[in-house]
Amino acid sequence: MAPSLDFTIALIPIAPFLAAFLAPWVHKFTGQYAGWILAIIPASVFVYLLNFIQLIASGSFVSTALEWVPSYGLNFSFFLDGLSLTFALLISGIGTIIVIYSGKYLKGHKHQGRFLAFILMFMGSMLGLVLADNMVVLFIFWELTSITSFLLIGFDHARQASRRAAIQALVVTGGGGLALLVGVILLQQVLGVWELSALRNYGQILQEQAIFPVILILFILAAFTKSAQFPFHFWLPNAMEAPTPVSAFLHSATMVKAGVYLLARMNPVLGANEIWTITLVAFGSITLLWGATWALRQSDMKQMLAQTTVASLGLLVILIGIGTDIAIAAMVIYLIAHALYKATLFLVAGIIDHGTGTREITELGGMMKLMPLTFIVAAVAAISMAGFPPAVGFFAKEEMYLALAQMEWHTIAVLIVLILGNAMMLVVGAAIAIKPFFGGLKATSIKPHDGSLALIIGPVIFGVAALSAGVFVKEFGDIFISPTASAIYNLEVENHLKWYLGMFLKPIILLSVLTWVIGGLLFWKFDEVRKILRRVDESFKWDFDIGFDWLMFGLIRFADKVTRIWHHGRLEIYMIVVFISLGVASILPLILTNSLPPVPDMPDLTFYEWGVFVMAVAGLVSVLLAKTRLVAIVSLGIQGFAVALIFLLFGAPDLAFTQFMVETLTVVILALVMTRLYLDKRDRRRFEDILRDGGLAVICGVGLMVLLMAVLQTPIDLRLSEFFAATSVPIAHGHNIVNVILVDYRGLDTFGEIAVVMAAGVSILALIRIRAGGPQTGIGAPKKSARKNITRKTTTRKKPAVKKQVSKAVAAKVATKVAVRAKAVEKNVSQKSAKTKAASKAKVVSKTKTVSKAKVASKPKTASKPKVAGKVKTKGKTKAKKGVAK
Amino acid sequence: MEFALAALVGLFFATAIYLLLSKAVIRMLLGIAILGNAVNLLIFTAGRLTREIPPIVPQGQKQLIEPFANPLPQALILTAIVIGFALFTFLLVLGYRAYQELDADDTDTMRIAEPENAPRPPLSY
Repeated sequence: MAPSLDFTIALIPIAPFLAAFLAPWVHKFTGQYAGWILAIIPASVFVYLLNFIQLIASGSFVSTALEWVPSYGLNFSFFLDGLSLTFALLISGIGTIIVIYSGKYLKGHKHQGRFLAFILMFMGSMLGLVLADNMVVLFIFWELTSITSFLLIGFDHARQASRRAAIQALVVTGGGGLALLVGVILLQQVLGVWELSALRNYGQILQEQAIFPVILILFILAAFTKSAQFPFHFWLPNAMEAPTPVSAFLHSATMVKAGVYLLARMNPVLGANEIWTITLVAFGSITLLWGATWALRQSDMKQMLAQTTVASLGLLVILIGIGTDIAIAAMVIYLIAHALYKATLFLVAGIIDHGTGTREITELGGMMKLMPLTFIVAAVAAISMAGFPPAVGFFAKEEMYLALAQMEWHTIAVLIVLILGNAMMLVVGAAIAIKPFFGGLKATSIKPHDGSLALIIGPVIFGVAALSAGVFVKEFGDIFISPTASAIYNLEVENHLKWYLGMFLKPIILLSVLTWVIGGLLFWKFDEVRKILRRVDESFKWDFDIGFDWLMFGLIRFADKVTRIWHHGRLEIYMIVVFISLGVASILPLILTNSLPPVPDMPDLTFYEWGVFVMAVAGLVSVLLAKTRLVAIVSLGIQGFAVALIFLLFGAPDLAFTQFMVETLTVVILALVMTRLYLDKRDRRRFEDILRDGGLAVICGVGLMVLLMAVLQTPIDLRLSEFFAATSVPIAHGHNIVNVILVDYRGLDTFGEIAVVMAAGVSILALIRIRAGGPQTGIGAPKKSARKNITRKTTTRKKPAVKKQVSKAVAAKVATKVAVRAKAVEKNVSQKSAKTKAASKAKVVSKTKTVSKAKVASKPKTASKPKVAGKVKTKGKTKAKKGVAK
Repeated sequence: MEFALAALVGLFFATAIYLLLSKAVIRMLLGIAILGNAVNLLIFTAGRLTREIPPIVPQGQKQLIEPFANPLPQALILTAIVIGFALFTFLLVLGYRAYQELDADDTDTMRIAEPENAPRPPLSY
């Protein structure tokens, strides 16, 4: 079984994604023919895959790998064996039909292009899933199918039911995907391989590991959520909110089979042990009976089909769980037969819905003459579903009964489950093929008519395929069943399917007859059975669907509670949390590592240094104790000047000058703005708040002091400073090293700083100009009719109108003055900056420039607004002062 | 003498934090201004102190001879002062405009974005 390498199989999953990218444009330019045109891509994938049939049937497989994350040994690898090929053919074949069908089914829908893109994206994901060799790649495509399924179920997003179904499907299948990821990683940790193709011979080794049950449960969880096994079955019937082509494609033929695919793929590694068999058979049986029973309760055709899909998935899981070669072969035949007839029946339901306006089976009847073609394809599908010869469904049923034909009590129990399940599914198939077409014609909102070519072509092809697969079962078995079953079973599985007269004389045929008889009886009493089931259903107050709501709403409430605790909206408590963290972070590590600095000696400061220190302390204390705002502001200036003096005393004249300027500006601006506020003069805190805040402040202050002292104990790395000092004159041609650093070594930094100042200036301008309702003149101003309201609004402000008018006049005058002045300053400054290259000056200048420019620009327009103009005035003046000072 | 400055830095921080913990926006603004000075002094002290010898190469010389004040923290602080000032003026105007619009300077009453009795998240899909 040497693999042959073929790079092109990596393109198979990629091609539909490319088509999806083009789909909206194709739809835009070709309109109703978009479906036919886009179907070329999946059709060519299908034809291309047909090439491999001979090779795969001979027992070989094809693989390819692209390097992805070599450090983790991850490759983007794909491989094609019997199992992948069967799935890939089903996906691309049914996908082609679905794309054509959707082109007609959603004709005229404004988002049809989007829909086609979603469908193609899903197709690519699904092809990637079944072709993936690397398990991480498998996981990625697995989740992609969940996401695309979410998009498709929620396609009609204006309806709440759609949105709910989409979220439900995503939560359930996406959650299962996470289980898959964990399982994959654990598996790789144990065995050291990422590739599925390499895993198959490690089954023995893996099952001896203690962690094996965990891995097994994780994989089963992933498969059960995806394939809607009990107790995760509830999402699938809800997913029928999606448009019918989606139900036919995703939720019967392909996506829900991904779980079955995973189980089949992992069978050689995880299978053939008690947990595996018991879990799969038990849950599969519950799912089969649950789905089949609930299918009878429904009267909406799509819901009936959805519930039988749940049942069929249960059946497939049972067969994988049994795991003998015949059971696996039966599983493969049933998988193909089911995909063909279920897709047909969904499409038929869509055609009937499209042609009559209803899907309620009780409201339909007697349409045989009006929809003859639809009837024929529905009948063929129902024959296959019921397992009548010569359709392929017949062999599926025969094989599965054969797999259980041993006289042991547990196989007999499973056999009874299968017979009951099959009988009930037969009833549903028969109901859809017979009820709408026989009996008296019932009135419908639309006059019944057959589907057009694009709608009917798919069911016809599927019907022909189902029949011919049954008729030519020998060849069908050789080509598909045997290689696929061999891939799952990990040993050669001989094909023994063929037509011969003796098969109808074997005792096993009696089981089929029994199925047909039970089914026939149920169909005869169909309406009564439905009534009884409906009554049973209504007597239950709770189901899994409601349970899902509880879970989701509980999650929302919990999230709300958590958010309320952490995100309460009270600033002072955020601040307290921040500063408690700061205090702890600064002191605790020092205590824990026992690196608290020693108590220092009395510092040796000169008297004038002491003087400056005292000045700083006095400034700080008086800021705290200030009874009025003005005192607080002036005290703020005192501490700022003290800082500037400290800079001056310790060899940093540039810092000192900048600090002097900035502090002056700060005080002046603060004073001007604060006098416009009518605020409480005192800092009113309750006594316990003062204690709390003060304590916290002292703790943080001491913490940072101790931290700084500890830092001062460590040796300092002066390499950078020495480099600057040594190279400043020779290579940067500047004597003031600080300035050279700013404009040369860290010039980009300074550039960023200027940008920050400019951004602040622009933001300030914007803030000032924003009024309730936006600007009243110029760009963005409301139209004249609207403006009236706004002016009325502004006059309701509590400031007296007279004052406003006066200040308006003053403001206009001032504005013109300032404009002239600021320009002069600008000139002056730029001349200066040209003369002196000193960096600190250039820095301050550039800042002045940007700020004053912003102010100047704002002037003529803001002049009409009193407050703003006042503000501009103050700023402009201070800027001017600054320029003069220089 | 570094330790004296370290103590002063601690005092600056304590004052700034005490002011920041106030509910009044104006007090918080004062706190921001002092906090900027505190951080600048912290950087300055951490770069070690040298008295009265600025890092300026005398005319006619190629290199600076030890001792001289560490130029690197000075350059960083110079940037920080300017940015700190830009931030301060922006916050001042923001606070001023907030006061104009909301008629309040108490942070507990400035809750338009996160109102106390905001509606619960909807329990639907």
